[in-house]
Amino acid sequence: MKAKIHVTLKPDVLDPQGKAVQHALGSLGFTGIGEVRQGKYIEIDLCEKDRGIAEENVKKMCSKLLANTVIENYTIEIAE
Amino acid sequence: MKVSVIVFPGSNCDRDIKVALTASLGSAPDMVWHGVTKLPETDLIVVPGGFSYGDYLRAGAMAAHSPVMREVVVRANAGVPVLGICNGFQILTEAGLLPGVLMRNAALKFICKDVFLKVENANTIFTSGYYQGQVIRIPIAHHDGNYETDCETLDILESNGQIAFRYCDKMGELTEDANCNGSLANIAGITNHSHNVLGMMPHPERQIDLLQGGTDGKALFDGLLNSVV
Repeated sequence: MKAKIHVTLKPDVLDPQGKAVQHALGSLGFTGIGEVRQGKYIEIDLCEKDRGIAEENVKKMCSKLLANTVIENYTIEIAE
Repeated sequence: MKVSVIVFPGSNCDRDIKVALTASLGSAPDMVWHGVTKLPETDLIVVPGGFSYGDYLRAGAMAAHSPVMREVVVRANAGVPVLGICNGFQILTEAGLLPGVLMRNAALKFICKDVFLKVENANTIFTSGYYQGQVIRIPIAHHDGNYETDCETLDILESNGQIAFRYCDKMGELTEDANCNGSLANIAGITNHSHNVLGMMPHPERQIDLLQGGTDGKALFDGLLNSVV
């Protein structure tokens, strides 16, 4: 099983890196660019066979290490 | 008095802090490798600056879960003073010893320069070498020093005297221009609720000798060692 995790800044947290990317895209001539938010994508191979247990474990990994829940949200997708 | 300096892979201010502590204390601190699970008997723990674990994942995130940090958290909760400087501040927030988080500098640039700080609370063991409202000059050198927390926590920090230092101009005014990294409320350093843990982005250990251009940092170590003994 594989866990696919997205870690993103909470909507009300300013994202200076996303803003810089937005400006860079604009200066490259790309039009119609709205707000850009930058985050992280993490993949973890899991030995666990039980989907529910796997998801529970990954949740713990996210809240303990992978995301700083003061400023970040995370979403978990468990794929076969 | 016994002092422990925690050394992580990627720490790079550990030797500077050793020099600063030795100058104030008269004897060298114990340098403690991050992999140990037992801390020596200690009256003060220092988490130095640098780039522990190459800032992987988030600055301080990996170091906060090093074996030795479990012991640091236990000692801190038992009242042992803990000082975290720069990356050390980031590690202490990630370890849950201090509230909030240090985000990427608002202007996205690594900033290395002297800044002015206002001593907001001189009534802590860490700041007893200064007077209330004193303006000091200390260098910063960081990419992620933009302090952020929620409004509720900021209110608690303010009302409980947990803001130790704020970025200011030469006259002590808390201006936006002086707020070099975009920190919330110009915050440069905070203590925990019981004031035995201090995290600060500026580097007092880099201002302890006239050869370094000033001694404003030395007062912090002198004051701290006087208060803790």
